[in-house]
Amino acid sequence: MHAPLLADFQRITPTLKVIADTERLKPFETDAFISHRALPLCAVLPESEAQVVEILKACNARGVPLVTRGAGTGISGGAIPLENGVLAVLSRMKQILAVDPAARTARVQPGVANAAVTKAAAPFGLFYAPDPSSQIVCSIGGNVAENAGGVHCLKYGLTVHNVLRIRVVALNGDILEIGSAALDAPGYDLLALMHGSEGLLGLITEVTVKLTPEPEYIETLLAAFPSVTDAANAVNSIIGAGVIPAALEMMDKMVINACEKFMSAGFPLDAEALLLIELDGAPEEVAEYLATVEAILRASHAQEIRRACDDTEREKLWKSRKGAFAALATICPDYYTMDGTIPRRCLPEVLARYAQLGAEFGMMIANVFHAGDGNLHPVIFYDAAKPGEMARSEELGGKLLEICIEVGGTITGEHGVGIEKLKQMCVQFRESELAMFHVIKAVFDPEGLLNPGRAVPELKRCSEWGGMHVRGGEIPRADMPRF
Amino acid sequence: MQTNLAEWIKDTPEGIEADAILRKCVHCGFCLATCPTYQLTGDELDSPRGRIYLMKEMLEGNDVTAKTQHHLDRCLTCRACETTCPSGVQYGRLVDIGREVIEKKVPRGLGDQLKRSLLKNTLPHTALFSIGLGIGRAVKGLLPDGIGKYVTSRRDEGVWPQPVHARKMLVLAGCVQPAMAPSINCATARVLDKLGISLIGADKAGCCGAIAHHLNDAHDAHAYVKRNIDAWWPAIERGAEAIVVTASGCGTMVAEYGHLLRNDPVYAVKAARVSALYRDVSQVIAQERTQLSAVLKSKADIYPVDAEVTRQKVAFQSPCSLQHGLKIRGVVEGLLRDAGFDLTMVPDGHLCCGSAGTYSLLQPEMSAQLLANKVNALESGSPDIIATANIGCMAHIESGLNASSRTPILHWVELLDRRLA
Repeated sequence: MHAPLLADFQRITPTLKVIADTERLKPFETDAFISHRALPLCAVLPESEAQVVEILKACNARGVPLVTRGAGTGISGGAIPLENGVLAVLSRMKQILAVDPAARTARVQPGVANAAVTKAAAPFGLFYAPDPSSQIVCSIGGNVAENAGGVHCLKYGLTVHNVLRIRVVALNGDILEIGSAALDAPGYDLLALMHGSEGLLGLITEVTVKLTPEPEYIETLLAAFPSVTDAANAVNSIIGAGVIPAALEMMDKMVINACEKFMSAGFPLDAEALLLIELDGAPEEVAEYLATVEAILRASHAQEIRRACDDTEREKLWKSRKGAFAALATICPDYYTMDGTIPRRCLPEVLARYAQLGAEFGMMIANVFHAGDGNLHPVIFYDAAKPGEMARSEELGGKLLEICIEVGGTITGEHGVGIEKLKQMCVQFRESELAMFHVIKAVFDPEGLLNPGRAVPELKRCSEWGGMHVRGGEIPRADMPRF
Repeated sequence: MQTNLAEWIKDTPEGIEADAILRKCVHCGFCLATCPTYQLTGDELDSPRGRIYLMKEMLEGNDVTAKTQHHLDRCLTCRACETTCPSGVQYGRLVDIGREVIEKKVPRGLGDQLKRSLLKNTLPHTALFSIGLGIGRAVKGLLPDGIGKYVTSRRDEGVWPQPVHARKMLVLAGCVQPAMAPSINCATARVLDKLGISLIGADKAGCCGAIAHHLNDAHDAHAYVKRNIDAWWPAIERGAEAIVVTASGCGTMVAEYGHLLRNDPVYAVKAARVSALYRDVSQVIAQERTQLSAVLKSKADIYPVDAEVTRQKVAFQSPCSLQHGLKIRGVVEGLLRDAGFDLTMVPDGHLCCGSAGTYSLLQPEMSAQLLANKVNALESGSPDIIATANIGCMAHIESGLNASSRTPILHWVELLDRRLA
């Protein structure tokens, strides 16, 4: 409780929904990264930009930190509250303000669900392309803050490629309009900077997204393989042949079984790996791609190739894929999902190393991921009831991410850093690079009140963890005592 | 989710069940997307995930007050979240347990108690309810809107065929339905008669027990359940093939009899048998599809299936109890199409109409918003008729239809009965 701040909220915006009692705050103590939790001072649920402005001004004046969230579906813990802070929940700001079919744009409030944008655009033959698996519920504001991807971002791009303009409220209450209706704007590209900024720079109150015409024709293929390596090689061959599928997803046996058990989309249970491939475009173009892809799949030892015969079957396949993570809970209720990106060509090697590391740790690892763009999502199973297991799963997860960096990839494809991958940020970036992040943060938030301690590690934490990146034997701050 | 249930509940049957359900939840938030109350308020506490967390806290022994109860009361128990949940969390069971626990922990205000007790003691008693409804119909013009809108007109029920067939099935009489719309079970009896099945009643059976169950009165609920089992048992022993229920809301309850009495030394076995015999009317008719199409064909001269002019447009409202509770989806729609009806598109068909048992009376504000949305959605395809599968939804939706341009609303089996007449 922070009585003066609560009084501020009541005085300035009497209609603001404030939750400040433990009983009702508890459900807000975590997002979808449930291994970590913290009870905030209070949660506020604004309904307008004007209320957001007042909330920020009050927090700024009182020096109280603030964490922002939308639907709370993030899985890197970036929206887990701070015990000494306010939690701003933007789920009530969920109006679709305008859909402009001529300009192919939609202007929405941050709490609008990703899929709701497509629903509003559908009557005009348009859709919003980024489609994270949680799209039925995750909100656009969070999508921008995390720079969300999805199965279709291989062809259509990440959130940053599909947003034209945003309104952001800065810590001092100033409203910033970033981006424009045009494709390019002069000056620094602040729009790109805001994407993936994880609530560290400002609160997003409005987003203008690009809408994409629905493809004329779609083919969805399912291909089953006798080994993970065969499937991974097929992925490389498809992209290498110049085909850019709308989606190219891979899952291993454990995921196939879990999905089938809960969603029965007809996945072949005898396969070791499975690819879901979606080709879209003009009918002639798709027909040509289809022939190429089918030939590659056969040459890559696919044991079964199946084409979705209608929209219902196609939707069923994707529903199963998008529900994969929750379905995995049926194998083991406690698991830890990672998110890293690697150069596509390294897929077979990296997956083999994952399996080996899992065996060394004695922990099961399942893989379901966006193979087309090399965005891996290894899932580590553990038993939360056993002391130390969770920590071990995090240790293993860290090692998996470090493999990504080693082969030239990154520690996040689309889930963000949050609190989950702070350590690996120290491995990913040089000290000078991290310092630059801090400088940028300070420009927007000199007091360090917006989601502090998330997404970008403090330099001293990096040295404490011993995770500082060493390149060419050059140890940063060699004089600093470590361990 | 990691759980650590309190000693007082941990090892009880409810505690063990609740713990297993909670452990399945991964807090992914998918359920928020299809929860009618979250769609209205945008507040996590009015979502399944929020309620699950509130219940978890209570079951872990933390202090609980009317605040938690408020959000549990606001849940419709429509179970749309169960349909959406990819982890198979049985929210409906969990909220039953949660509500029973909180009922003991948090005393209700006098007004609330009175309202609940009134509902519990009138609705399940057909005779009492009939008298009230009869008076209501006579003086409808004088009643305040809030009550008057639920006083629906009565349809002629027609003749119940003689039980001449060797194949016999029991039908749940119900409580509110025989008073408000006796035509539904009668129509079912006629349709099944044409399919070679005699539908029979059992004198002493009545309310399925759902009203008491949803008002968290396990004692009364179990009494209703046992009364029905006793009433049906002789017919079951004589070989009744099934227990047919025409109100899907009651159906979810009968389907659970076995579970509810699983620890009852006297009734456990019988209750399980009753639940195994339970069938929604759509399941029974769908199983006799060959016979149905033969009968439909014989009527083809009266209702030519292909002639556009005679095809009626029907908006089917699939009750939550049917699609989410019983997980029967697309069956009624298929039967109506077979019978030559055109089904209109109903947007957001997965969302509750706000009836939800006694919800419309206990949570009038939320219920009214959901009703307005549902009526708009149902009428958006300009149907000639609205069809449903549950008496509660029927009365509730009828109350929300515009009086001037009122689209008739019927149970879908009544439509089928008309087509076969």
